[in-house]
Amino acid sequence: MNTIRKREELGRNVVRYVVDAPLVATHRKPGQFVIIRVTDHGERIPLTIADANPEMGTISLIVQSVGKTTREMTMLRPGNAIHDIVGPLGRPTHIQRFGTVLCVGGGIGIAPLYPIAKGMKEARNRVITILGARTHDLLILEDDMRNVSDELIVTTDDGSYGTKGLVTDAIRFLVNGGNHIDQAIVIGPPLMMKFTSLLTKELGIPTMASLNPIMIDGTGMCGGCRVTVGGEIKFACVDGPEFDAHEVDWDSMIRRLGTYCTAEQVAADRYDHECHVGLDAGESR
Amino acid sequence: MNASTRFKLSPVVMPEQDPAERVHNVREVPLGFTPEMALHEAQRCLHCTNQPCVEGCPVGVRIPEFIQAIESGDYLAGIGIIKQTNLLPAVCGRVCPQEEQCQKNCTVGKAHRDVGQAVQIGQLERFLADWERENHAAVIPQIPFASGRRVAVIGSGPAGLTVAGDLIKLGHAVTVFEALHMPGGVLGYGIPEFRLPKEIVYAEVAYLTRLGVDFQYNMVIGKSLGVDEVRQSYDAVFIGSGAGLPNFLGIPGESLLGVYSANEYLTRANLMHAYNENSDTPILRGKSVEVLGGGNVAMDSARTALRLGALRAIVLYRRSEEEMPARKEEYHHAVQEGVEFHFLQNPVKILGNREGWVTGLTVQKMQLGEPDASGRRRPLPIAGQTSNVPADVVVVAIGNNPNPLIPAALPSLQMNRHGGIVTDENTMETSVPGVFAGGDIVLGAATVILAMGQGRKAARAIHALLTRTTETAKG
Ligand SMILES: Cc1cc2nc3c(=O)[nH]c(=O)nc-3n(C[C@H](O)[C@H](O)[C@H](O)COP(=O)(O)OP(=O)(O)OC[C@H]3O[C@@H](n4cnc5c(N)ncnc54)[C@H](O)[C@@H]3O)c2cc1C
Ligand code: SF4
Ligand code: FES
Repeated sequence: MNTIRKREELGRNVVRYVVDAPLVATHRKPGQFVIIRVTDHGERIPLTIADANPEMGTISLIVQSVGKTTREMTMLRPGNAIHDIVGPLGRPTHIQRFGTVLCVGGGIGIAPLYPIAKGMKEARNRVITILGARTHDLLILEDDMRNVSDELIVTTDDGSYGTKGLVTDAIRFLVNGGNHIDQAIVIGPPLMMKFTSLLTKELGIPTMASLNPIMIDGTGMCGGCRVTVGGEIKFACVDGPEFDAHEVDWDSMIRRLGTYCTAEQVAADRYDHECHVGLDAGESR
Repeated sequence: MNASTRFKLSPVVMPEQDPAERVHNVREVPLGFTPEMALHEAQRCLHCTNQPCVEGCPVGVRIPEFIQAIESGDYLAGIGIIKQTNLLPAVCGRVCPQEEQCQKNCTVGKAHRDVGQAVQIGQLERFLADWERENHAAVIPQIPFASGRRVAVIGSGPAGLTVAGDLIKLGHAVTVFEALHMPGGVLGYGIPEFRLPKEIVYAEVAYLTRLGVDFQYNMVIGKSLGVDEVRQSYDAVFIGSGAGLPNFLGIPGESLLGVYSANEYLTRANLMHAYNENSDTPILRGKSVEVLGGGNVAMDSARTALRLGALRAIVLYRRSEEEMPARKEEYHHAVQEGVEFHFLQNPVKILGNREGWVTGLTVQKMQLGEPDASGRRRPLPIAGQTSNVPADVVVVAIGNNPNPLIPAALPSLQMNRHGGIVTDENTMETSVPGVFAGGDIVLGAATVILAMGQGRKAARAIHALLTRTTETAKG
């Protein structure tokens, strides 16, 4: 049983769980994810493994309550169980010593970014982190990220905390300030990833992005998670979730995320989990 | 009854749900024989001494013998005969392409020059299997002794289930690792409820559980556990991971909203119950659904579309009716239900609107040329003849390839150029000693019965391996 050991509210509607999943805990690497079903009649949704403790046999999952499934999940308390957890899925992040690594995270995308930043730090990179949020109380994991970063910048859309502006403004600021960046990693709401990617391409910084398309099985069986990368169809669950951000067809990927949204939701940029965009539901970009 | 009287009996008509009604539910279409119907149909068998039907059966079910048992009313004996060679008769009776196998060879059909007149072997098989399940008559066999040997089976499709069933009965401990949260492989996620009620699949799994098979779900081997870890903890490994890698056409527009692989479309509908309006899993309920392909998967997709409320479900196939690989019964049922068939049409482009939603297809008119490698006549485009057809959902059902997950996790496995695992023809052993494989991961997308046949071969070889090593260990 995937029993919940710990529950902690990280921010508005954002909950961190520590849950029993011994095999996942011993086998996972940064960048990988699990697929869960909260109940025995629930849908299957992907969640990134935010952290793991192999000795305890637990993993951490961070979930934002935005639609039916994630709402159901955030109701769970320690002692309850998550019906199914399968993983670790996807390819791990390529962690090596690049030199200076820029980690850009937005919204709940900071959760999957954390183990990667930690891995990069352990690989003796200089880690610069930029975290973006729409407003201060939507910012999560700031302290955890600070612990694994040499430098940390926070931006908020409304200026309620850190610098007012977008993560892309912060990237320009860094580069203009003479920082040389060898590798960037961006995880966050799709539009944030798109604009970050356009900028780093312009600046000539190699960039990886972790995609969060709609998934079902996570084994390459359904093709629902397909994305176009470098003009080719890739299945994010087995070929990804990380891809060269400069090769991703962002517009197609963003449109596909809206498959189960109503037109108004898409127009209002209010993707929520009902439309299966839960992971990074419309936060900062 | 003498042969000429038998020969004159006409086939029993299988009662079915009315087409107009059944497109509004997901209940099974053929309702099954009553005992009287089964008796009548059984009486049509001539009990040929040369048994051509048995020859046509990939696993050699002793057909005339079980038909004889129906005739004498001894159903328990009948099902026992089938189960000696076929572990899943309730499934096979429903989904095997009998008209290409046993029934194709049947003397009665041959004499009438009409395979439609053959003894309905599949329906009789289903009759016995349903009788057994409905009467809880499944015999729990005496398991000889515990060998102390452990076998890991990867995948719970028909191949994996066969291996598990055979080996547990021989006294070995069996663990089945399944990536999904439910068992059955394609039987669970692909073939729709109205063709194969899931209750049947789950009953078979429950039976194996009673025999002692340990099913572990949510276990993706190669990820949750490495293939090498599995090899270290078990005395033998069977890979039955199937052909779960959907092909796309590689034409423009495949990323548009409303384009599904058949696997995704059917998985949402079956495994995740999206046909139920209250399901947490969404599915696009198109008004006009175009299905690309001509096999069972295409039939299943088109018929599912109708049950999801489509006003039109159209199958686009690039060859003609003649070459369609779907089971005859499925095609026939689809036509009855109002699925439209557009033959000799090849999709060349999927069309969309500015918001990225599918609006239709551009299709190229084809004609048949010389036979190709598959023996079917090759479709060739007729220059200048393209047209546009409207659609709001497009389902790509042009086949699946072997799932590359396990091969990627065990690079020493020898593969063929279609992505299938290379095995010894008789033992199903792979290039890695102690690792066996069978079913769609070896054959590419094939059939349930071929998967079961390979599972059986592998089980035999695994048993030989385990008892041989036991003896050496003892000696
Ligand atoms: C829609 C559809 C309709 C069909 N209709 C018919 C029909 O009418 N008649 C017929 O004879 N055939 C039919 N077929 C084909 C038939 O279903 C397959 O040939 C058969 O199921 C193959 O069996 P298998 O055991 O090899 O694999 P599968 O049934 O594919 O099962 C493989 C299982 O392995 C699991 N798996 C994969 N990788 C891993 C891993 N790494 N770790 C753990 N588990 C893993 C999968 O989740 C799956 O459950 C149909 C196929 C489809 C898709
Ligand atoms: S070929 Fe037909 S008639 Fe002859 S034994 Fe087989 S089922 Fe009976
Ligand atoms: S989630 Fe089904 S193929 Fe990736």
